[in-house]
Amino acid sequence: MSVVVLGTGMHPWGKWGRPFLEYGVAAAREALRDAGVAWTDVQYVVGADTIRNGYPGFVSGASYARALGWSGARVASCYAACASGAQALDLARTRILAGLCDVALVIGADAAPKGFFTPVGGDRPDDPDWLRFRLLGATNPAYFALYARRRMALHGSTPADFAAVKVKNALAGSLNPMARYRKPVTAEEVLASPMVADPLHLMDICATSDGAAAVVLASDSYARRHTTRFVRLAAISTITPVFPHTVLDLPDFATDSSVAVPAPERPFRAAIAHAAYEEAGLGPQDVSLAEVYDLSTALELDWMEDVGLCPPGEADKLLRAGETTLGGRIPVNPSGGLASFGEAVPAQAIAQLCELTAQLMGRSGARQVAGAQVGLAATQGLFGHGSALIATAHRAS
Amino acid sequence: MTYAIDGWFAIEEDGVRLLGTRCADCSTVCFPPRPDSCPNPRCSGSMGAFRLPRRGRVWSYTNACYPPPAPFVAAEPYEPVTLAAVELDEVGIVVLGQVKGLTVEQLAVGMELELTSGPLADGPLVWMWGRVA
Repeated sequence: MSVVVLGTGMHPWGKWGRPFLEYGVAAAREALRDAGVAWTDVQYVVGADTIRNGYPGFVSGASYARALGWSGARVASCYAACASGAQALDLARTRILAGLCDVALVIGADAAPKGFFTPVGGDRPDDPDWLRFRLLGATNPAYFALYARRRMALHGSTPADFAAVKVKNALAGSLNPMARYRKPVTAEEVLASPMVADPLHLMDICATSDGAAAVVLASDSYARRHTTRFVRLAAISTITPVFPHTVLDLPDFATDSSVAVPAPERPFRAAIAHAAYEEAGLGPQDVSLAEVYDLSTALELDWMEDVGLCPPGEADKLLRAGETTLGGRIPVNPSGGLASFGEAVPAQAIAQLCELTAQLMGRSGARQVAGAQVGLAATQGLFGHGSALIATAHRAS
Repeated sequence: MTYAIDGWFAIEEDGVRLLGTRCADCSTVCFPPRPDSCPNPRCSGSMGAFRLPRRGRVWSYTNACYPPPAPFVAAEPYEPVTLAAVELDEVGIVVLGQVKGLTVEQLAVGMELELTSGPLADGPLVWMWGRVA
C-alpha cells in the first residue's frame, strides 16, 4: 500500500491583494483537473491554516470545502507554522494508508502581510513569540542572521557565498512561471542590497508572499485505475526535537541545557531529514534533487549539510563547484526556492511537493533535473514543528 | 525601577542575574524559568529557582538595522539594536539578549560577555549583554 500524488496545482506566488481563499480554490481546481478527479469524488479534504487572515483561515479545510461546494467529505484543518502544509499532507497520507480513504485533496494558501512577520494581534505578555519582539526586537531575520554569522565563524562561509546561493536560486526562479521573483541577479546586487540583520542583506532573506498550492493524493489502487506512471509520496516526517535541543531556535530566548543530559546524536534539522529517509528506506546518496527551506541564503547551506548532501562545513564548496545548480549533480531548490517565491506559510511545503512531483514526472521544462528519481523536501516550522517528505518516481509494470 | 518582565532577571547590588530553574532530580537548568515541570522527558522532578552564571561566550550575534515591529518599542531616532546569543559557562545554555555598549563591528564569536541590564526605549529594564567588567 502506498500513497500517490495524482495531481498538483498552484496559484502563482506574488502580492495580488486577493483573499487567500481565492488562491486556494484556484490551486485546488487545478490539482483536481490535473488528477482527472471531480471535487465531488474527493473523500477527504485537508486545509493547511493561515493565521493572519481571520477566522476562515483557522478552519481552512471547511473554508475550502465551502468555497468548492459542500459535499459531505471528511474534513480537517491544521496548523504547524511553516510545516503546516506537510502536516496537512501527512493527515491525508495517513488516512489513505489506513485504508479509510482513496482520494484526498490537500490545500494551503496565504495572503501575507507586508514586511516582517509580527506576532498575532493583541498584547500577549505570556506568549514567548510576543515577548521576543517586546524584550529583544528579535525578528525572524535576526535568527537567520545568527545562524549565518555562526556559519561564518565555524566554517569560514562569507557573504559572497551567501550571495552565490541567491544567484543560483534567482536563475532557477527566472525559469519558473509560479515564482514571484523572476529576474536573474548578480552577487554584486545582493551584496549591495541594504543590510537587514548583519550579515544578511535584504536579498539574502526571503520575502513574504501570497500563494497557494494543492495536491490530490490517492491510494495506489485508485491511482492504477487512472495511470501507469506516477509519483509516490514515500515518506513524511513531522517530528519534534529531542531533549536537549541545543541550537537556539526561532523564536526562543534560550536553548535547552546540554549539561545534565547529553545532546542527541543528530541535531533537530538533521533528525527531521533522517526520519524521512528511514521511513522511505533511502539515504541522502539516493536523492536526485532537494527542496529545502531557504528562509535565508545562508540557511540553504546549513540545510544541505543537515539533510546529508555533504559533511558539515562543505556546503559552500559544493555550491561553488556548481553541484547544486540546475544541471549539477544534486540540484538544490530547482524551483528557485523561497528566494524566488517568498514565503506563503501554509502553502509552502505543498509547493515543495508540487515541485518534486513535476520533476519526477519530467514536466519541469527548462528546470528539469535529468533522470530525477527521488526528491526530498524539508521545512521547519517554529516552536518545534519540523517536517520533511520524500517523493519517488514509479512506472507501473 | 520597572522590569520589562518579572521573574526572569534581577538587578542586585553586585550585578544582574538571570533567574532560571533547576531540576532537583536530573539537575537540568532552564531559562526562561520553568517552575512547573522538568523539560527532560524522562524526568518528572520538580524545579527550583536557580541563578544562572553571569558570564559566557558569544555563540553568535547580529543587529536589527530597521526598527523591529510592535510590540517592540523602537527609539526615535532609531539606532540599530544589537543582539547576542551567549553560551553561559557551566550550564550549557545559550541565552539571547540585546547588547549594551557594543556594535556588531566590535563583537566576535567566542568573545566573553557579561550580564548587565538596560532600558527599552519606553523605559522598562531588560537583561543585556555587555563587556566583561
